[in-house]
Amino acid sequence: MKYAYYPGCSLESTAKEFGESTVLVAEALGIELVEIPDWNCCGATSGHALDHKLSIALPARTLGIAENMGLDVVAPCAACYNRMKSAEVAMKSDEALRSEINSSLANPYEGKITVHSALEIFTAPDVLNRIKERVSYPLRGLKPACYYGCLLLRPPKIVGFDDPEAPQRLDEAMCAVGAEPVEWYFKNECCGASLGISKSAVSVKLTGDIISNAKKHGANCIVTVCPLCLTNLEMRQGAAGKMRGEDLTMPVFYFTELLGLAMEVPGIRKLFASHLVDVNPALDAIEQGEPVPAGAEG
Amino acid sequence: MTNFSNKVTSLVSENAQCCCELSLVEGPTGSELKRRIQELCGENVLECYQCGECTAGCPVAYAMDIAPNQVLRLAQLGLEDEVLGSSAIWLCAGCETCATRCPKGVALSRVMDACRQLALERGIKPKEPEIAKFHDQFLTEVKRFGRVHELTLTALYKVRTKDFFSDVFTGIQMFLKGKLALIPSLVKGRDEIRRLFSRSRHGSEDS
Repeated sequence: MKYAYYPGCSLESTAKEFGESTVLVAEALGIELVEIPDWNCCGATSGHALDHKLSIALPARTLGIAENMGLDVVAPCAACYNRMKSAEVAMKSDEALRSEINSSLANPYEGKITVHSALEIFTAPDVLNRIKERVSYPLRGLKPACYYGCLLLRPPKIVGFDDPEAPQRLDEAMCAVGAEPVEWYFKNECCGASLGISKSAVSVKLTGDIISNAKKHGANCIVTVCPLCLTNLEMRQGAAGKMRGEDLTMPVFYFTELLGLAMEVPGIRKLFASHLVDVNPALDAIEQGEPVPAGAEG
Repeated sequence: MTNFSNKVTSLVSENAQCCCELSLVEGPTGSELKRRIQELCGENVLECYQCGECTAGCPVAYAMDIAPNQVLRLAQLGLEDEVLGSSAIWLCAGCETCATRCPKGVALSRVMDACRQLALERGIKPKEPEIAKFHDQFLTEVKRFGRVHELTLTALYKVRTKDFFSDVFTGIQMFLKGKLALIPSLVKGRDEIRRLFSRSRHGSEDS
C-alpha cells in the first residue's frame, strides 16, 4: 500500500506529534507514505470563509502534483482532509470550474486520484486486523471519549466515510487496541475551530461543554483526529474549568499516538512530552490495568 | 424598512405534495441578495421553511445577534443590511452541522460564506472585526509563503488587533516544546500560488 502524503501546515508545527505518529504507525503497518513535493496550504477555514473559488484552487494545486505521482492522497488533519475532499468533488463535478482552475496550474488535476483521511486508511478492515495482530501493549483501563469533531464527518455528501450523527470508526480503532471508549454526547460537536484564536470566549464555552460531558460519562482522556480540536481542548480547558467551576483537566491524544502506543512502535512515547496538558494520568490508568510487558519502551 | 411584500408572493409553491416540498415563490421584483447568494454558493434561500433545525444544532448560535434561521429568513426578504451587517455571518464556525441536518437540504454554512464575501465586496464593516482580520491575515500568509507559518500568523494577527497579551504564556510553552517553527517553510511554486490568488476575489485586495 502506497499513498501520497499531505501533512499540511499544522502537522509541521503545532500538531507535529500527529504528523510524526501518523508516519511511524504507517511505517509499522507497511503502508508507504510519500510526501507530496512542494505541497501548499489547503486554505483551511479562512479560504472558504472569504473566497469560494480560492478554496477549491488551493487544494487543486496539491492534488495535481499528487496525480502526477499516480497515488491517492492521505491527509490526516480533519480540516485539510475536508478541504482537499471538497476540492476533489468540486473539480470532478464542475467541468467549467475544473478547466478554469486547471488553466492556472502547472500540474492540472483531472480527478484521477482521490483523497482519504488517515482514520479511513487505518480503520479499513484489513488494516484494522493488522493493527489488532500487532497490539503488544493493550490499552486496557484507558477510557477515551472519541471526539470526531466537525470536518471529518460533514458535510456527509462530500466526506461521508462514517455516520455524521453516530460515527463509529474512531471507536472501532480504540476497541482494536484494547481501550474502552465511553458512550457520550459530544462526539460530533464543534470546538469552535479557528474562533479559538479570533473569538476565544466561544472556544472556552464549547471546550467546557465537551470536556464536562466526557468526564460525566467516565472518560479518562479524549482522543481526536484534528489538530484544531486538540489545540482548543488543551489550550482552553483551564479557562473552561474556571468558568464552570469544575475540574476539567483532561489529557487529549491524537488517535495515531494511541495506535502507536498499543503497537509499541519505537519513538511514540517521546511524542507525549509535546502535549500542553500532562498525559501521564491517562497513561497511568493503562498501566494499572495491565502490567508493563518486559522490554517495553521507556 | 424595505418593502418586501412584493419580493415573496406566496407562502408555498402551489404543487407541493408534502411539507418537504414547501418552498417560497419568488415575487416579481425578487431579491438581489437572494440572487447573489445563489450565484456565489449555489444555495437557494427560498427553500427554507423556517423549521429552526439549523439554529437548534448550531454551537455558536448563543453568541450571535440574529439566529441562523433568521439569517435565511432575512435573506428571503432581501434585507441586505440586516444580514450582511450581522455578527452571525462572522461567528459561524463553518462546522456544517446546519447543512447536514437541514430537511430541505439548504447548506446554510455555504450561505454564510457567501454573505461574508458579499459583505466584504460591498465594503460593509464586519461586525466581528477580529474574526475578519484573522481570516484575512491567514490568507495573506498563504499568499506570501504558500503555507501558513503559525508564529508569523499569530504575531501579525496580534499586531493588527492590538492584542499583545492573551495566550502569550501558551505561546511560550508551545515554543519551548518545539511546536512553533521559527523559520517559515516556503513553497517553491509561489508564483503559481499568487496566480491562483490573482484570479480570486481575495487577490484583488491589497493584502
